Amino acid sequence: MFSMTGAQLTIGLLERQGIRSIAGIPGGANLPLYDALSRSARIRHVLTRHEQGAGFLAQGMARVTGRPAVCFATSGPGATNILTAIADAKLDSVPVICITGQVPRAMIGTDAFQEVDTYGMSIPITKHNFLVRQARDLLRIIPEAFSIATSGRPGPVLIDIPRDVQLEMVYFADWPEIGEREPVPAYFDADLDTAVEMLNAARRPILWVGGGVVASGAGQEMQALAERMSMPVTSTLMGLTVMPYDHSLCMGMLGMHAQRHTNMAMEACDLILAAGVRFDDRATGKVQEFCPQAKVIHIDIDHSELDKLRPASLAILGDVREVVRALLPKVAGVERREWLGYIEALKQTFPSRIPEQGGHASPQELIRRVGELAGEGAIVVTDVGKHQMWTAQSYPFTPGTGWLTSGGLGTMGFGLPTAIGAALAAPERKVVCVSGDGSLLMNIQEMATAAEQGVDVTVILMNNACLGLVHQQQELFFKANYFSSIYDVNVDFGLIASGFRWKTWDLAGAADPDAVLAEALAHRGPTLIHVPVDRDEKVWPMVPPGAANRTMLGGECHA
Amino acid sequence: MHSHITRTVLDLLVTNHPGVMSHVCGLFSRRAFNVEAILCLPQNGGEESRIWLLVNEDERLEQMIRQMRKLQDVHDVRLRPDAKETFARLGRVMSD
Repeated sequence: MFSMTGAQLTIGLLERQGIRSIAGIPGGANLPLYDALSRSARIRHVLTRHEQGAGFLAQGMARVTGRPAVCFATSGPGATNILTAIADAKLDSVPVICITGQVPRAMIGTDAFQEVDTYGMSIPITKHNFLVRQARDLLRIIPEAFSIATSGRPGPVLIDIPRDVQLEMVYFADWPEIGEREPVPAYFDADLDTAVEMLNAARRPILWVGGGVVASGAGQEMQALAERMSMPVTSTLMGLTVMPYDHSLCMGMLGMHAQRHTNMAMEACDLILAAGVRFDDRATGKVQEFCPQAKVIHIDIDHSELDKLRPASLAILGDVREVVRALLPKVAGVERREWLGYIEALKQTFPSRIPEQGGHASPQELIRRVGELAGEGAIVVTDVGKHQMWTAQSYPFTPGTGWLTSGGLGTMGFGLPTAIGAALAAPERKVVCVSGDGSLLMNIQEMATAAEQGVDVTVILMNNACLGLVHQQQELFFKANYFSSIYDVNVDFGLIASGFRWKTWDLAGAADPDAVLAEALAHRGPTLIHVPVDRDEKVWPMVPPGAANRTMLGGECHA
Repeated sequence: MHSHITRTVLDLLVTNHPGVMSHVCGLFSRRAFNVEAILCLPQNGGEESRIWLLVNEDERLEQMIRQMRKLQDVHDVRLRPDAKETFARLGRVMSD
């Protein structure tokens, strides 16, 4: 017979789930949990400086390993602070378990000190959530939370534990089974045969891959399918690591900031094999006018994504990797000279703006250069804004690249804490975080966490002293009425980073920027590389929000 | 009730706990999908509840059903158009 408090039971169950690091911040309502955590020989705590940082740190660990990661926050402001990171995990399908403290049961609903309705607020931004009403329920809830977070389409789970439940004694005879990923739904063989018929009948097919392909580890199979069927491949923001950037069939990202030839190829295709994508508006543009001539085969593990925005000609519910593995032996090799020739002609007529090699003449060239120096196994993290889109366009992605970006929610402030989590989960890999001045300022306090943990994180700060994409949209769509997008005070990021005990380098006015960049990237430990960027550097091309993808502004030519 | 809108009834079998109504109703309100009427009664000794929702039969209904099936506490969702009569009878009782 075991006897322990709810807090000790929680920590014990997390240990049994294989959790070895937890990011969080203690406060009044989760102190019993922290007391129990302090006595754990197996779990290390990473103290962040803001609860949102803890949420993103857990995301970094989960995104890199594919396994669930845990974060802690106290009640009230601790909970509200962490919710942005949880919402971000929901939109990008990341398995994060968030455990919040709550005021004692008797005080719930009385507007007690640091009380908010965490359960109610987290319903729409989690895959599932729990309010623990008695300590012995934890025996069921914690394993279930892990099972829910990892089964089917992954996602975040929140567990709200009142302080007195953490202190309540529990007596039990056996530990429960650990919570694991449940088997995926089985696809229908007949659907595979239909898919093969459609692929063979198509004259201008395109493979469109998204985050679901990365999550299910189906990259190799996808590439094999594309090669065998001579299908050009485009990707959402989340699927950029599926195809090597220099593969002859790789067309890069589609949508709002795609290369012109990519969106034009989509316009001409007669079949889309959409795998692990959710027809997000940034990818499809005006969805009613997206690939008007194309039939759609949609493979997804989430039934509610099928037929959600674009009715599929063939919807296959299942794990992308299993479906494609079963599909591969059924397809014979096809050559599509005419279609591939057409794509090639598009590329010639509407040349890519992506630099062919790294350099220092533009932000895009610099990003390409960072990729060349960081090497294939690097983990690339971004914040949100112009630098994110330049990275998506110009980074030399390969299937070995780690790619962590806030795709669905687009959370500025994502980069630094996520990079710290990534570095903790994969200490042997180079972690590069491309950020902007607006984004970095949103979670800059986590520089202290990085210094404390001694993580090998390099932040490439592209500083244009403004909210770049807002500035660009105001110029293009609001008659250059720049309002509240330019920072009048230029903060000294080098000085700030030094204050956080980071090593800093500056490319401003560097006689040999490449030597500076190489030296900075070779340094191990928290590193800031400051890169001044002209405010007028745009992200081209751009599809205006709400327009069809054929309406692309800018980026007509290189010169 | 407007005669030109076709209505139907969704019959849900759910875990009976205090948060389940929030989860189900939140799905509808977040998508601006109107629920005309709700009936909820415990079943099977209180372990489970049955929820009947009177809803418009529009093109988003299939998506709503799929979203509802994703909820952990929702065990089953069925269409039950014949149950509209129950709501009509209740309506008469409530207006008495």
